[in-house]
Formats: sequence, structure tokens, C-alpha cells
Amino acid sequence: MRSKTKYVPVPSKSILPERDAGRAPVLECIKLGITLGGIKAVEDFNLTVGRTEIVGLIGPNGAGKTTVFNLLTKVYQPTTGTILLNGQDTHGMDTRQVNKAGIARTFQNIRLFRNLSVIDNVKTAMNNEMNYNMVSAILRLPNYRREEVAAHRRALKLLSIFDMQSMADAPAGSLPYGAQRRLEIVRALATNPSLLLLDEPAAGMNPSETADLMDNIRKVHEMFQIAIILIEHDMSLVMNICEGICVLNFGHIIAKGTPDEIQNNPAVIEAYLGRKKEA
Amino acid sequence: MTMRRLINLKRAEARRIYLTYAIVIAAYIICQVMSSTKFLSSSMRGMLVPICAYMVMAVSLNLVVGILGELSLGHAGFMSVGAFSGVATAILLQGFIPFAPVRLAIAMIVAAVFAAFAGFVIGIPVLRLKGDYLAIVTLAFGEIIKSILNNFYLGVDSQGLHFSMLSDTTRLLPGGKLIIRGPMGISGIQKIATFPAGFILLMIALMIVFNLVNSRSGRAFMAIRDDRIAAESIGLDITKYKMMAFVMSAALAGSAGALFAMNYSTIVANKFDFNTSILILVFVVLGGQGNMLGGIIAAAVLTILPEKLRSFSEYRMLLYAIVLIVMMLATNNAEIKEFLSRLNPFRHKEEA
Repeated sequence: MRSKTKYVPVPSKSILPERDAGRAPVLECIKLGITLGGIKAVEDFNLTVGRTEIVGLIGPNGAGKTTVFNLLTKVYQPTTGTILLNGQDTHGMDTRQVNKAGIARTFQNIRLFRNLSVIDNVKTAMNNEMNYNMVSAILRLPNYRREEVAAHRRALKLLSIFDMQSMADAPAGSLPYGAQRRLEIVRALATNPSLLLLDEPAAGMNPSETADLMDNIRKVHEMFQIAIILIEHDMSLVMNICEGICVLNFGHIIAKGTPDEIQNNPAVIEAYLGRKKEA
Repeated sequence: MTMRRLINLKRAEARRIYLTYAIVIAAYIICQVMSSTKFLSSSMRGMLVPICAYMVMAVSLNLVVGILGELSLGHAGFMSVGAFSGVATAILLQGFIPFAPVRLAIAMIVAAVFAAFAGFVIGIPVLRLKGDYLAIVTLAFGEIIKSILNNFYLGVDSQGLHFSMLSDTTRLLPGGKLIIRGPMGISGIQKIATFPAGFILLMIALMIVFNLVNSRSGRAFMAIRDDRIAAESIGLDITKYKMMAFVMSAALAGSAGALFAMNYSTIVANKFDFNTSILILVFVVLGGQGNMLGGIIAAAVLTILPEKLRSFSEYRMLLYAIVLIVMMLATNNAEIKEFLSRLNPFRHKEEA
């Protein structure tokens, strides 16, 4: 499913010399920052994510977690810093190009194509791998049929990972909440990403749904061998599946490390629980 | 196996599409039989072609309003571009192609090309905007097209085509002919538009729109309509798809305009004003956004209605407005919708 590793020259804007893109980390953020309305929403954000790593991004509300996602997907253009995706500088790319380069995401407030059927939501995400043009579509030429059938097959296969193939024909807006969240993940996966960004995938889920989600994320990670960054407030989920955790507060990284390290980090405890009063 | 499953999954939608084709074909056959057996009054017979043209307009605007989800208030502008370029082409070809249906077909294709070009040029600034702003700018462009055509002169003589703006400075050689005369429009048009031609154009328009909607482009249009940010995040080129829908819609409107114009002996740019744009939008809204059959029926009803109300003379527009309001309320009423869906012959199968 993944393209073969090869040496690629990195653009001159990058601060790194020619390197092995195949072994390079999937994502490198170097001194990433953005100023929104005079406020430094994110500053000096450095993060490296390995090819098949699951990284958690946590922090109190308003810490800038979603802003980081918006920077990575170029919803906002960063004011400072560099984002290297598979060793390639993403400077000047827009959301669409970043997706083509390998980042797919889900949204905190679900953004599905509500009036399209479940399977059409997934097939829409496969748009860039289809080649037939408008004329073939209007005249229903053989390449239209061939590509549509192939896309349909693959979409059903992707849906079956989350046991959603039976809902394929229902309008996406009519699905229950948990299924909508799962569909968003399927849709993101359909674009063949090398890095998947999940923005609060467990929000609004009950404990058993969260446990299912955890299994699903693990399954996706194993099947596709991709890197995942997830923003989440559910600590049991984060601590269970993330290999690395990055804690943000007021736009700054206050701690990075393994789940165990983070749990015992005084700066993190302070950010979440406040400073202990000196007796 | 997979192909059959694909067909099964799409069955409900496919049925709606085939139902639309079937109703249009049936209506055509009934009208054709009625008009050949002199059952239709001559005023009704004269309205068959304009009704077809308005139906195509409704289908074409539905692509932008219902599928792409952008409000366009200048659709009559594309119709007039098509009308003028189509009629001019037909007049120029008069000597070369004596067979009227072929001339009509070529005129409609040329009209579609010109209107598509106008759609492309207008689309460049317009499609950068969103929502209400986009609607208002399309309105402005509709008026601009009208003004340009009101001041456009086109003549032909032995040296070829000549055109001028504002006043007639084409200085044609003796024997030349002025085709478009600014505010006087085009006169002396041969009425070569026929009801079968209108029917064929409508079927082609339906085929284009339905097949486009059920392809990757159509899914992209609807994805952009439902959530622009999500559409961008999965790598869709928003500008490209918006432009594609807009240009396709303009092209269909252009050929409808050519058909419409060649049903009259004289055509002026003022015919395609803001009121016409709104009328077409009313077809779409009344028929249901994204519902092609609804728009087609609305186009037929709202074109025939003012004629049938003629006997009420001064109360005519008042009654028209009341009927319009009642229809809008009725089509949005859940109970009436339920009643109408009971009339649908496929309903039980869909539930099973």
C-alpha cells in the first residue's frame, strides 16, 4: 500500500541536507509557531513522529492542540518554523496538497458529508486516485465502470474494518454518533495517508464505545502501518495506546515522553491540577 | 458479484433516475399525440418549446443550486449568451445547411460553447466568493451580460464578420446584413426550434446531469456543498470542481437559450433579465433543490399557469402569487409529502 523507499533531495528551504526519505520520520516539526490575532497560539513546537508511531497530544482546553492540527494540515499557514512530511518541506502547500502528500485528519466537531451515503463519503475521499474524466462519466465509458467498481470494492473493504459495510447505503447524517466518528476515520484512511490525525476521537463516547475505539485504532495502526497523532482528553485511552505523549499548555510544549514519564511529570500535574499550595 | 452489489446498493437512486426519464418520455409522447390530433389549443402548442427550454434551464440551475449548493441569480445571462450566439450561428449557416434540424443542433452546440466560455470567465472572480456574496455577484454579472448584448452589433458581409459596441459602426459593404442590432436584438429569425428538438435537449441535459452527479465529480460537488473544510481535507480541488459545475451549468443554459430564441421571430436582450433568473430559481426551489423531476414539473406548471390565468385579466398576477405561495407551503408540508409518497408505485419495494 505504501510507496517504496527512495532517496529524494530535500528542498533548499529545509534545514537538513539530503537524507533517506524512506527512513526519515514521517513528520518533523521544527520551531513551529503561529500568531493569531496578536496571541502566540502555538510557539516553538518541536515534534518528531516515527513511521509507525502513535503519539498523543494532550493538554488543558485552549492549550493549542487543535491549532497544531490546523497548522499541520495548513488550515493555518504557520508564521514561523518548518514542517517536514516524509522528509519533504511542506512550505507553501495548501490543505489539499498536504493531503496528497500524506496527512489525513478527522475533526473535533464531526464534519461528514451528511447528505451523501456512507459509501459515497468514502468514495469521495478516493477521488484523487481515480483518473476517468467528465466525458467518460457522462458517456459511461468502460474506464468509468472499471474505476467505479474498483473504488466501490475498496470502499466496502475499508468500511468492513469498522464493521460498517451494512450501513453503506444510509445517509451519513443519519448514523448514530459513534458510527459517524468511525466513518470519519474510514474516510481519512481512504486517502492513503502516511500520517493520520485524530482530533478527540472518543469525545462524547461511553466507556464501552471508547474501548471499541481503542481496539479499532490499534487495528488500523497494525493494518496500515501508519503513524497516528491523536488529541484526546480521555486519559485511559491516551495512556493505553500511545507510545509517546506530548503535553501542550498555553501553546508551549511542557513535557514529552512515554506515558509513564508523563504521568509522573510535575509540570504536567501542575498544568492539569494546578500548583500545590505551600504549607 | 461486486457489480451486482453495486447495482443493488444504488437501486433506490437509480429508480428515481429512471422514473424521471420515464415521466419525461411519457409526457412527451402524450403532448406529441395531443398536438398532432389538434387536442391542444394553438397557444398551448406555441408554449411547448419554451416549456422545454425552461425545463432545461431548471435542470441546469439545479446543478449549481441543488448539487453544488451555490446560489446563482444570473442564470438568464447565460441563457441570453446562448440565445444570441446560437441564433447568429443559425442565421450565418442558413445558406450552407438547408436542413433545419442540423442547423438547430449546430446552433445549440455553438451556443453551449459560448455560454460555457462566459461561465468560465465569470466563474473566475465569482467562485472565489461564498454564499450571499456569490449570489449578489452572479446577479450583477447577469445584468452586465444584458447590458453588453443590448449594445452589441454584429454584421456580416462579403469580407466576413464585423462587430461593434455602443453604436453601429460595422460599416458593412453593400449586400451585407446586420444580424444583431443592439437593443433591437435579432429579428427575422427562422422558427426552427421544434418540440422534438426540445425533448431531445431535455433528455441530453438530464443524462449529463444524472451521470455527472453519479460520478467522482458529482460526489465532489455534493461533498463541497455539505462541508467545504472536510472536502479540502480529503484533497478535493474546490475551485476546480466549482468551476466544472458552473461551466457545465452555463453550457446547458446556453443551449436552452438557443432553443428558446429560435421559437420566436424576434429576440432582445431585455427578455433575459433579472426576472427570468428569479423565475428559473423559483422552478428549482419549488421543485426541490437537487430534485431534477421536481424542477421540470415546476417549470411546466409555472409556465402554463400565467397563460391559463389570462381569463382573470387584472387579478392574474395576484392569483399566480397565491398559487405559488400555496404550492411552496404544500410541498414543504410533511403530511402532504407523505400523501404524495404514497402515490409512488415503488414505495413498498423500497421499504422492504
